[in-house]
Amino acid sequence: MLETEFNVRSPAPGWREETQRAASPEVLLETRALCFDAGGRRLIDRIDIDIRAGRRTMIMGANGTGKSLLLRLLHGLIPPTRGEVLWRGRPLDRGGRHAQAMVFQRPVMLRRSAIANLRFALAVRGFTGSERTTRETEALQRAQLEGLAARQARVLSAGEQQRLAVARALSCAPRILFLDEPTASLDPVSTHAVEQLIREAHADGVTIVLATHDVGQARRLGDDLVFMHAGRVVETGRVSDVLNAPRSEAARAWLEGRLYLDSSS
Amino acid sequence: MSSFLASLGEAVGLIVTGDPDLLEIIGLSLRVTLTAVAAACVIGLPIGAVVGALRFPGRSLAGVILNSLMGLPPVVVGLMVYMALSAGGPLGPLGLLYTPTAMIIAQTILVTPIVAALTKQIVEDLHADYAEQFASLEVGPFDRVVALLWDARFSLMTVALAGFGRAVAEVGAVIMVGGNINHVTRVMTTTIALETSKGNLEVALALGVVLLTIALIVNGAVMTFRATAARVTYA
Amino acid sequence: MTRRTLLGLAVAAVAIFGQSDRSSATEKFIVVQSTTSTDHSGLFDRILPVFQEKTGIEVRVVAVGTGQAIKNAANGDGDVLFVHDRDAENEFVADGHGVSRADVMYNDFIIVGPPADPAGVAGATDAVVALSRIADSDALFASRGDDSGTHKAELRLWRQAGVDVVAASGSWYRETGSGMGATLNTAIGLGAYSMVDRATWISFGNKHGYRVMVEGDPRFFNQYGIILVNPDKHPRVKAKWGQQFVDWVLSSDGQTAIASYKLDGRQVFFPNARRVP
Ligand SMILES: Nc1ncnc2c1ncn2[C@@H]1O[C@H](COP(=O)(O)OP(=O)(O)OP(=O)(O)O)[C@@H](O)[C@H]1O
Ligand SMILES: [Mg+2]
Repeated sequence: MLETEFNVRSPAPGWREETQRAASPEVLLETRALCFDAGGRRLIDRIDIDIRAGRRTMIMGANGTGKSLLLRLLHGLIPPTRGEVLWRGRPLDRGGRHAQAMVFQRPVMLRRSAIANLRFALAVRGFTGSERTTRETEALQRAQLEGLAARQARVLSAGEQQRLAVARALSCAPRILFLDEPTASLDPVSTHAVEQLIREAHADGVTIVLATHDVGQARRLGDDLVFMHAGRVVETGRVSDVLNAPRSEAARAWLEGRLYLDSSS
Repeated sequence: MSSFLASLGEAVGLIVTGDPDLLEIIGLSLRVTLTAVAAACVIGLPIGAVVGALRFPGRSLAGVILNSLMGLPPVVVGLMVYMALSAGGPLGPLGLLYTPTAMIIAQTILVTPIVAALTKQIVEDLHADYAEQFASLEVGPFDRVVALLWDARFSLMTVALAGFGRAVAEVGAVIMVGGNINHVTRVMTTTIALETSKGNLEVALALGVVLLTIALIVNGAVMTFRATAARVTYA
Repeated sequence: MTRRTLLGLAVAAVAIFGQSDRSSATEKFIVVQSTTSTDHSGLFDRILPVFQEKTGIEVRVVAVGTGQAIKNAANGDGDVLFVHDRDAENEFVADGHGVSRADVMYNDFIIVGPPADPAGVAGATDAVVALSRIADSDALFASRGDDSGTHKAELRLWRQAGVDVVAASGSWYRETGSGMGATLNTAIGLGAYSMVDRATWISFGNKHGYRVMVEGDPRFFNQYGIILVNPDKHPRVKAKWGQQFVDWVLSSDGQTAIASYKLDGRQVFFPNARRVP
């Protein structure tokens, strides 16, 4: 259903912006002056972003800049100090979170077999009987882990765990998937496999929000880019625009590998 | 030293001859203790898991209480249970005083806080690991507790063993509520106390060796089970 | 593998828990609150089977100090009281906890001491003189200190000797607050004198050269009594069976059984029931 909306995309940037505005996919998630304080410090500072259905938003920025915190806030895992997160125009509630899934920077695997990890997530999300079995099998296939279904999830390699985590998140049929540096410690082959999972999910209509330090990955996977610095969003735009011609000093410095110290923060 | 060796010899003799009185006492000891540990696990595991995994008002107070109850003196427990089960006590009409059931009740009270407090610690550590994933999946409190208990099951066997150790070695509570009645409520520890008070120190020590052997066997059995199960699980 | 281990555990569990539980198998039983001296000496092992054979009633003995036995019985936790402290027993009946009291048997107390006999009391037959001598010497004395029949009898003798043991407690007079056996073990560890009933002493296994130092004083007389706990006051008392036991103990059958019990070839309890039904 969403696919059709995105099949009208064109490689010509200018034209595409026009089309998008015309099609104007639903805003799934938006933040209003979102702030988060901890330890007497403002770690997330007045963030306003919109995430539209079917888009792939990349979140980039230096270490400790607040990417993971932002994802947690968007997913409703931590309550904002100020401001709010709106899911389809309304405050995020239980039903909202049910339509979301997250893959953490360090994937959390239950002390069970790979398939039992999938089963647990599916059971919690209310899938039963043959539907659950079907989804388990699908997820294992997608993650290319059929042969390792009975293996303890914690003894899987980092790449296998990451694939399982993504497959587990997707098995619950979320509308939006948050991923926090899902390929940070993976080799190119595993990275490719995880990216492929993300691409397939997107093709199935899942909205993607992904934090990454990998410029190539952002180019490969992303539509939009949110660039953060010191808890603030300093630049947003289409991935290629921001990466090719950053407007903010923070993004420019980061891309050049310079340390950027913002005098205003 | 020589009397210690004599005790060892006596212990071996008692075991190999399969003295029927001794077997009866060992059987009752195991029955009372294992039942009490099982009951303590049924009560203590969920309590420990709830306190360890869920956030609710008074949670840290509950943790403090559990930890303090671990130090409950057996004699005090014996006294409480005695007063409850005594003919004039609130549970007197049940007629449970001086029965194995009374001993099981006393030991359950003694062991439950240990099981609960150790479970709380283990579950809390595991939950620290799982919490975000649980929150992301919106796992409800009941499912959380069940999942944590299940995933911690191998560590929790050690908790049950700690409870077993306390219960099987305990004498103060069971002698008070059981009465150490021959063939009815006489267990290993009360027999050891009895033989000591009769001045039969060698016999008492021999029984102590037997008790230790049983504890070793039970611990060995559980640890073997744990290792086997873990090997199968993590293969 | 796991399944087989589980099966093994299940079998073990059945073996342990499936065994007949005598507390439920025998419904016809009474509880007798008694003292360590009667139980630990082996007397009950000797006479109770005779009674059970005859009546089918199982007698379950809770052996504690006389003081505690009386308290337990006063709580209604027992059908018969079989102890040795006549004053306390009479009080128990006077308070309505017991139906009536009857003499059953007696034995005697003795004072035992270390082979070196530091107070020089060996061979004495006057308990009061011997105790005074112990008090005047540097020797230690270990007392039950637990309100038991033996403890009370010991305190009576100290009073007659004019020794204030309360003041001496902690110095040469040591109160163990424990049963007879534990007190003897302590006395032997300390090299202290102690007072004990003869039956317990003969059956005591940890003597370490300790000997009977003082015996034969009429004041060492140790009377045992039996009381049926009052069913009017404590409705759960099994009065019929309890009475059967009391009657049997006082009958010539019971008295003969008591007299026939010997330790090391010597009679240790001397039946003296006045009421012979
Ligand atoms: N609960 C907390 N209490 C205090 N400080 C916190 C808390 N959580 C995060 N922080 C701080 O907030 C800042 C942002 O953390 P966050 O994990 O969001 O960074 P990040 O952008 O994801 O970095 P990285 O690229 O290294 O993953 C860090 O300085 C971190 O130390
Ligand atoms: Mg991060």
